[in-house]
Amino acid sequence: MIETKNLCKSFESREVLKDISTVFEDGKTNLIIGQSGSGKTVLMKNLVGLLDPTSGQVLYDGRDFVAMSKSEKVHMRREMGMIFQSAALFDSMTVLENVMFPLDMFSTMNLRERTKRAMDCLDRVNLVGAEEKFPGEISGGMQKRVAIARAIALNPKYLFCDEPNSGLDPKTSLVIDDLLQGITKEFNITTIINTHDMNSVMGIGENIVFIYEGHKEWQGKSDEIMHSTNTRLTDFIFASDLLKNMRQLVIEKENTK
Amino acid sequence: MIILKYLAILGRYLIVMGRTFSVPEKMRMFFKSYVKEMAQLGVNSIGIVLLISFFIGAVICIQMKLNIQSPWMPRWVSGYTTREIMLLEFSSSIMCLILAGKVGSNIASELGTMRVTQQIDALEIMGVNSASYLILPKIMGMLTIMPFLVIFSSATGILGAYATAYVGHVLPPDDLTLGLQHSFKPWFMWMSIIKSQFFAFIISSVPAFCGYTVEGGSVNVGKASTDAVVTSSVLILFSDVFLTQLLS
Repeated sequence: MIETKNLCKSFESREVLKDISTVFEDGKTNLIIGQSGSGKTVLMKNLVGLLDPTSGQVLYDGRDFVAMSKSEKVHMRREMGMIFQSAALFDSMTVLENVMFPLDMFSTMNLRERTKRAMDCLDRVNLVGAEEKFPGEISGGMQKRVAIARAIALNPKYLFCDEPNSGLDPKTSLVIDDLLQGITKEFNITTIINTHDMNSVMGIGENIVFIYEGHKEWQGKSDEIMHSTNTRLTDFIFASDLLKNMRQLVIEKENTK
Repeated sequence: MIILKYLAILGRYLIVMGRTFSVPEKMRMFFKSYVKEMAQLGVNSIGIVLLISFFIGAVICIQMKLNIQSPWMPRWVSGYTTREIMLLEFSSSIMCLILAGKVGSNIASELGTMRVTQQIDALEIMGVNSASYLILPKIMGMLTIMPFLVIFSSATGILGAYATAYVGHVLPPDDLTLGLQHSFKPWFMWMSIIKSQFFAFIISSVPAFCGYTVEGGSVNVGKASTDAVVTSSVLILFSDVFLTQLLS
């Protein structure tokens, strides 16, 4: 479980995160949603330690990450996996080498075991056959799947995904969502996904945190969104006429029952 | 104000270097990168070093023959001055200035692109000391390969001079040989290698710092690449003055 307590982050005089206290639960797909510029990525960077909060705490199973020493943080990070918006694959390495990289760095396995583990991870994301290709030779969706395989190679306890569906078509987005949800359940990982993809929100969101202008505006499950009276949330989720009408239909259908 | 700005940059450079010079997490991975960097930064530069050294050696020899040699000068003066220029300045300082352009921009743009595409962040998240993993093999690779480049450069420069004698018939080969052997001090060879070690450190660490600390997008990567070449060239020239004074 990851918990933030009164988390604030400012850049000079600009306050980006305002007093965020929330809990991200184990074995669930936790979603951080919000408009562009609302502070989602800054919140995630604070969670993983790429940015230091101005004040507040980030607790990993009760351990305060912000107060940890540099070496403790390095050790802690080996329990984390992260999928970046751009996939962030090492472009000088093949797909297999990318997935093997964390194993090469931190595992005590021999080469055969490391290769087998990497191939298992690639198999889990349905990428067997692409192991000798370079990141520049595969599609955006495949790159995201390689990033997932790399992130789970060391069996992390916490998985962070920064807009994993960005730049992908709806069908590929669903594949990525299914993969992330499947992996979360399979390995009982605390997964935090930063997204503004409404399909992900309604499809895999088990614990959703809505950030509005740097503060936590709402927290709940995907099925609670339909009946939420929070206008900022509903304006954001049901921004298009199509979604507004769909919501109306769902509510009317439920009322007639 | 400008002094404070440069002091802040120096401070950040020292912090990055402090992180760079730490024991690698996995020696096997370090040696793999080290060999790769030696090939990429050093071995791949041999061609341009040989080409430029050959022609500069030839041109120096021709210039010396045409402009210095006279009935009042000994006949070995062209060979002697060609050797001294190649050994003392060209093969160490000028060659490193050329390499600052080739290797420096390569390092800065590689690391800068890794920074803006979040590859360095990905390393940090994994718990890897990204500065040590990425920069240390480049510095060690350049330091290792540089003496060989200096020796190759000097030798090829002399070959260029011989080409003017044998092919261009600018001066008799015997006169050139006499000049090349005249008052040879082996210390000058060592001086050249020692100087090149300092320059190798500059042309690998300064661009690495410029690339590693890029913020923003591709425009800033280009700017970092230019800054890297300009800064390392200025530092090479500046330190050349001190090193020449110190080692002479």
